[in-house]
Amino acid sequence: MDIRKLVPVALLLGILALGVRTAWAQEFRIGFVAAITGPASSLGGPERDVAVMLQKELDAAGGLPGPDGRKRTVKIIIHDDQSKADETVKAVKKLIADDKVHAVIASSQSPTSLAVIPIVTEARVPLISMASSHAIVTPVKDRYWVFKTPQSNIHVAVHQVGYLKAKGVKKIASLYVNDAFGEDSRRGLAEMLKGTGIEAVYEDKFEHADKDMTPQLTRVRASGAEVLIVHAIPPSASIITKNFRDLGLQIPLIHNHGVGNKPFIDLAGGAAEGVIFPIGKMLVAEELPAADPQKKALLDFIAWYEKGTGKPRSTFAGHGWDALQMLFPILASLPPDLPLEQARVRIRDGLEQTRNFVGTGGIFTMSAEDHVGLDERSMVLVRIEGGKWKYFPREKW
Amino acid sequence: MVGPEQLLQLVLVGLTQGAIYALIALGFVTIYNVTGVINFAQGEFAMLGAMLMVSLAPLGLPTPAAFFLAVAGVVVVGGGVERLAIHPARRASVVTLIIITIGADIVLRGLALLAWGTDPLPLAPFSAGPPLTFGGAFITRQALWILGTTAVTLAALYAFFEYTYPGKIVRACAINRLAARLSGISPERMSLLAFCLAAALGGVGGVVIAPLTLVSYDMGLYLGLRGFVAAVMGGLVSAPGAVAGALLLGILEALVAGIWKAAYKEAAAFLVLFVILLLRPQGLFTRAVARQAGL
Repeated sequence: MDIRKLVPVALLLGILALGVRTAWAQEFRIGFVAAITGPASSLGGPERDVAVMLQKELDAAGGLPGPDGRKRTVKIIIHDDQSKADETVKAVKKLIADDKVHAVIASSQSPTSLAVIPIVTEARVPLISMASSHAIVTPVKDRYWVFKTPQSNIHVAVHQVGYLKAKGVKKIASLYVNDAFGEDSRRGLAEMLKGTGIEAVYEDKFEHADKDMTPQLTRVRASGAEVLIVHAIPPSASIITKNFRDLGLQIPLIHNHGVGNKPFIDLAGGAAEGVIFPIGKMLVAEELPAADPQKKALLDFIAWYEKGTGKPRSTFAGHGWDALQMLFPILASLPPDLPLEQARVRIRDGLEQTRNFVGTGGIFTMSAEDHVGLDERSMVLVRIEGGKWKYFPREKW
Repeated sequence: MVGPEQLLQLVLVGLTQGAIYALIALGFVTIYNVTGVINFAQGEFAMLGAMLMVSLAPLGLPTPAAFFLAVAGVVVVGGGVERLAIHPARRASVVTLIIITIGADIVLRGLALLAWGTDPLPLAPFSAGPPLTFGGAFITRQALWILGTTAVTLAALYAFFEYTYPGKIVRACAINRLAARLSGISPERMSLLAFCLAAALGGVGGVVIAPLTLVSYDMGLYLGLRGFVAAVMGGLVSAPGAVAGALLLGILEALVAGIWKAAYKEAAAFLVLFVILLLRPQGLFTRAVARQAGL
């Protein structure tokens, strides 16, 4: 028989199936945009892995049970923004217009996240960013629809300056990657330095794609700075660390939380040794005191992620996990057959009412004034020793 | 504000970068001289060299063996590009051929993306050890490898063009293609040879710079653009001009970043390109000569 004769039959079956689906099952759609390729792929890759794994678990469980006990399926629609703001905008527009998503999680980097804020605000769709810049959620009156899961750069600066003060440092140099993330981190540090008597004697930037930062580091050496603070993500963060050692600089090197992934250490090789940086607690979960309220959640997540992906833990994976997990109970609590616009409003309200959610990035308590819900207690200082992250509490300074 | 030691440091950094630009610029010059085509896939040859080197690293080959294998691999690709993309269109205008090389550039980068993924890859330096000090400035061992390799490659290239028969044929082709053809030299074979040579030069550059910069599928664009600027500084026809241009460009970038603002580094490179194209399209170091010979 000519197989083509089956085409109308198949079409008919397909239409029927679609009809049945809409009639019997309500579906939640979550847009998930991450930097899966491009310079920030070491962030977006792990985030994508988490989304894929959670989707599998949801499918296996048949979806999220609603208030009436009936399961509703959840579809996480994943897009790659190639680490570019214009691609993020395209993906988010498509998710809202074509896929009619209930909420958007986007994206891995601060500049790409900032780019989509006007879009979700206009479309009235809740957005959770996985990037760190404080500007993503402030001023909060302009960020009604926007939340984020990573700690803010300002929390990072609290730890950095705490260390500088304890060490009696008076002069620092600050080098940052030329984007919203580096700029925000630099500004956070400058803010925290005010009134401490610590002076930034040299500041400059570099580009994501730069291959050699020796010229800037030459200036650092000449500036008489006692500590260098770098605000960047790998690979540029790794290259600058290599250049730093190659120049024979002997001052302490402090990074920010952008280097909290294994590629930083791998790419920098031995040069990463001794680097100090503040980061969420995941990297040193095992070493945390037993009393730490996040310890169990962290160990559970690490075991789940490492088993599922075969890759080492990543705080960025955690940012994705936090975003999705924060969303799931809210989706589950929505009454059945709520129109999309109302569902979006309820999801936004639910996010803002998040209380004591124990995530990988910290314990989140959101409010109308605070769309991150974290403080500096969500971070610790870490030092790289023997190619591994070591908890670096005050006693060891 | 800028001490002599700092200045020396910046010059050393610039020379190291410039040496790589020089290898890539020479690839541009070689192909342009023989075929009249500006090969915009030139930077990808460097990327491929670096990628192949990274892939060969786990096999535990001695560095020289891996080096030659990687470069040989790039030469095969370079020849392949010429045979598959340029040769079939050899009757087309030069502009068409240039656009074809842009296509080749995109294809090579895309294939590398598929083969090696998006994550940057590290490569160990050729010889381990702390950086050396030199008059108060520091220089990494890999930078010495880069400078040394570039010097040896340039010497070999010079010897090839001056003292070997195939080298002389290539030069003949560059000087007057029509006359060369009348003497029985096949311009098509010379075109293939030029692409292989350019690929080898790019490959060498990629292999030696890989330990300093990390290797990623998109590094070719960065290097290719700078190689092109350097080649333009040499008027696209002069090999010594291209080398001098490359070293100047490297030093200029380092000085701009180290003395002024790092953000202006990129701008400096393109400003140079712009000014030269505007004021001295024949290059910084060449007298204006009619290069229409034979065309």
